[in-house]
Amino acid sequence: MRVPVQLLVALMLSLPLHAGAQAPALRSGEFTPPRMAPDFTLSGSDGQALRLSAFRGKVVALGFGFTSCPEICPTTLFELASARKKLGDDARDFQVVYVTVDPETDTVERLRAYMSGFDAAFLGATGSPDKLAAVRKAYGVAAGKVQGAGRAPTFNHSTFVYLIDRQGRLRAMSPYGRKVDDLVQDIRVLLRG
Amino acid sequence: MALPASPSIRRRRAFLSLALTAALALAAWAMLAPVQAGSRERLFEIPAGTWKSRMSGKPVDILPSEIRLTLGVQDILVLRNADDVPQIFGPVLIMPGQSFRLPFHQASDYQFECTAHASGQMTVVVDPLPTAGWRRLAWRAATLARQLRG
Repeated sequence: MRVPVQLLVALMLSLPLHAGAQAPALRSGEFTPPRMAPDFTLSGSDGQALRLSAFRGKVVALGFGFTSCPEICPTTLFELASARKKLGDDARDFQVVYVTVDPETDTVERLRAYMSGFDAAFLGATGSPDKLAAVRKAYGVAAGKVQGAGRAPTFNHSTFVYLIDRQGRLRAMSPYGRKVDDLVQDIRVLLRG
Repeated sequence: MALPASPSIRRRRAFLSLALTAALALAAWAMLAPVQAGSRERLFEIPAGTWKSRMSGKPVDILPSEIRLTLGVQDILVLRNADDVPQIFGPVLIMPGQSFRLPFHQASDYQFECTAHASGQMTVVVDPLPTAGWRRLAWRAATLARQLRG
């Protein structure tokens, strides 16, 4: 049997590419080995029950914050919205879930209005203080109420965004202030992984 | 007419000249030689038995409140939990046997919340890659001083 020379050349050229093919490293903080993201069910800002594991098949960016946050939360959500725009068609398989640390103020309606100001597809989540505390504990998220003198209370809270892959594994944490392009790259890596 | 130097003075001069040449050569090396570390990663590990030690009232301090890294030399922070219970390590919850690898791509001071420290914060200072010359010399001197302090 004669094999065309062109086919042999094409095979030889493709070998090194396959041998060296490796998923690019994440630019966020990466867990090795990854564990399953702790599941939870809260009240979603769309008025439905929000169960994290229902998003299997998508990459989820999970954040924690509150709607009266003066700086960190709006910046984070703005960056996530920018990342989602840059993802183009891939954005269909990317979901942002933002869990409140201030259930007293952040009602479902308030979360809906707040999240849709950044991106209509973003979902906020709230629940009882106990339920929210259990979710934070499962992710190692710190949050504490700070009563400012003469001002409305505010919250100190973890500023990382957790990245969960299509299989529901907690793969990475993106620190506050990272470049949007870094976030986009990591989401793409997880979408293809 | 100057008197010829005695042998002991000649020896002392030769020694001083040699020492000066060596110091200049060392300074030139420190200013010009490329900086590199054995690994880009700076590892902090919670050893096995840490939780038991803490439970018995023995304080265990693993993570300093300030960590210094240098871009392009040692710019990846690795936190590893070798204990047999989950641990909050700096800003991260790490499962037993799990590692968290955080690369830095920009020189800056990074503040992370950290319940292990009294301030509630941990700072990672990422210095820029020192350029050849005085900056590199100063960086090497500071790095050496930190290593000597332990």
